[in-house]
Amino acid sequence: MIEDKYLHLVNQWRDHFPILHTSVYDKPLIFLDNASTTQKPQIVIDTLSQFYQNYNANIHRGVYYLSQKSTDLFEQTREIVRSFINAKKQSEIIFTKGATEAINLIASSFGDAFIQKDDEIIISQMEHHANILPWQILCEKKGCILKIIPIDKNGELLIDSLCELISNKTKIISIVYVSNVIGTVNPISEIISLARQHNIPVVLDACQAIQHIPIDVQAIDCDFMVFSGHKIYGPSGTGVLYGKEEFLNQMPPYQGGGDMIHKVTFEKSTYAGLPHKFEAGTPNIEGIIGLGTAISFFSSLSFESIHIYENFLYLYALELLQSIPEITIIGNAKQRMSAISFIVDSIHPHDMASLLDRDGIAVRAGHHCAQPLMKFFNVPATTRASFAFYNTREEIDIFIHSVKKAIKLFA
Amino acid sequence: MNDIQSLYQQVILDHNKNPRNFGPLLSANHSADGLNPLCGDDITVHLLIENDIIKEISFEGSGCAIAKSSASIMTTVLKGKTIEQAEQLFADFHFVVTAPMDAELNEDSLGKMAVFSGVREFPARVKCASLAWHTMQSALHGKNITSTE
Repeated sequence: MIEDKYLHLVNQWRDHFPILHTSVYDKPLIFLDNASTTQKPQIVIDTLSQFYQNYNANIHRGVYYLSQKSTDLFEQTREIVRSFINAKKQSEIIFTKGATEAINLIASSFGDAFIQKDDEIIISQMEHHANILPWQILCEKKGCILKIIPIDKNGELLIDSLCELISNKTKIISIVYVSNVIGTVNPISEIISLARQHNIPVVLDACQAIQHIPIDVQAIDCDFMVFSGHKIYGPSGTGVLYGKEEFLNQMPPYQGGGDMIHKVTFEKSTYAGLPHKFEAGTPNIEGIIGLGTAISFFSSLSFESIHIYENFLYLYALELLQSIPEITIIGNAKQRMSAISFIVDSIHPHDMASLLDRDGIAVRAGHHCAQPLMKFFNVPATTRASFAFYNTREEIDIFIHSVKKAIKLFA
Repeated sequence: MNDIQSLYQQVILDHNKNPRNFGPLLSANHSADGLNPLCGDDITVHLLIENDIIKEISFEGSGCAIAKSSASIMTTVLKGKTIEQAEQLFADFHFVVTAPMDAELNEDSLGKMAVFSGVREFPARVKCASLAWHTMQSALHGKNITSTE
């Protein structure tokens, strides 16, 4: 059970999110698709409209007041992100349109600089397609080889196999922190220290971790880390790539265009320094500024309270789902959070999601952009409920009731 | 009847639970796979066609209740029909799942296919309902793989 103070806190937290007080089909919205995207606090919504009303101008260009102001706000976010993940320098924070673009940037640019034919790249069985496809594309282009860390039936990485996979040809390891499908929290310290022994850089996909676990990139010593802004209560179309300066400096630009240059002539152009070398073209200025607001808002709450409360909520939902005999939970990792995937033999996940939808409950059904993981568990699709700190115990009770109702209809 | 029950009518639930003509068809001379990558619906339709008539038809695979029951009902509707009739029935079915809500459906001529009229309220599920029919059409025309994406 949980102390009353957290139940009180969640009501305060919910007050920041106007959409949580709306209805769908005349039922109060219960949003349990937070691994997909998160809802936005009023302060982020206000930031976007205030930007359009008061500051809209392109950045890094104009000498006029508005351009200077929007540039300042944009660059302030870089400092907010740096401080949030404790990067050494602001120049190590690259803004992208999302985690997908960030991983593509690493695969393409790190690949150009450091990866040759027959080299090896290691990922895991539980990756999101965004951490599979960029590497596969690189392998096709360069003739390098993708190796996969297997998992066991609980959905935990077989770390011993990683030792065997690593060779003197391994050039990079790219691994998810928290699974978007089954919620497994991977032992990243162990993976990174193993990689260190062999001098292999590590990319951390923190999309499902950044909003649940405090991350200090210097303490965990990853070489790259990516996350999407919309999963941490910020606007869509924003993402962050953290990279150690020593790597970023050696990597060629990902895209060419405005803002990423030092000097351009038809004979030869030179590139801007970090971070601008990797930020060609006008970015999602208002989105990035909104991301800064979102992270400042999130940082102003107690991470410890959020962590305790989210853990309570997760275990509460897990226990109730496990108590329904028709339900099979996919994965059973010791360390898990955020997402629960389940199946019911008699009901396809899409039917389950349609039925829940009509009770105002938003869950995800499908393969969750992780088809190799689905194949491992031999299921075509699952229903996934994923939680945020603004969800309540009462919402989970309604969700469970609705699941039971669906099972009865299909019995 | 509330709207969710109009989607999951008893006939649909019955065909989902006990699909008709489900399984391989050894005598088939036309087959095609249908994929709905969004949901993971994966259905194969087999046809035995002789003299432009669908003599035998079956389907196999996995999918949601809408995809599965639609495939099942399709097999019962198409058995014994000519290719031309099958094409016309597909057009009729397509109208059932995509017609405007206020459009009049002739339930007598539509027969069992009319139970899918509730799908109109759930645009996300139209692809599920029509997957088997698209796959059947691909099988008729010798295409091996159909995708509703």
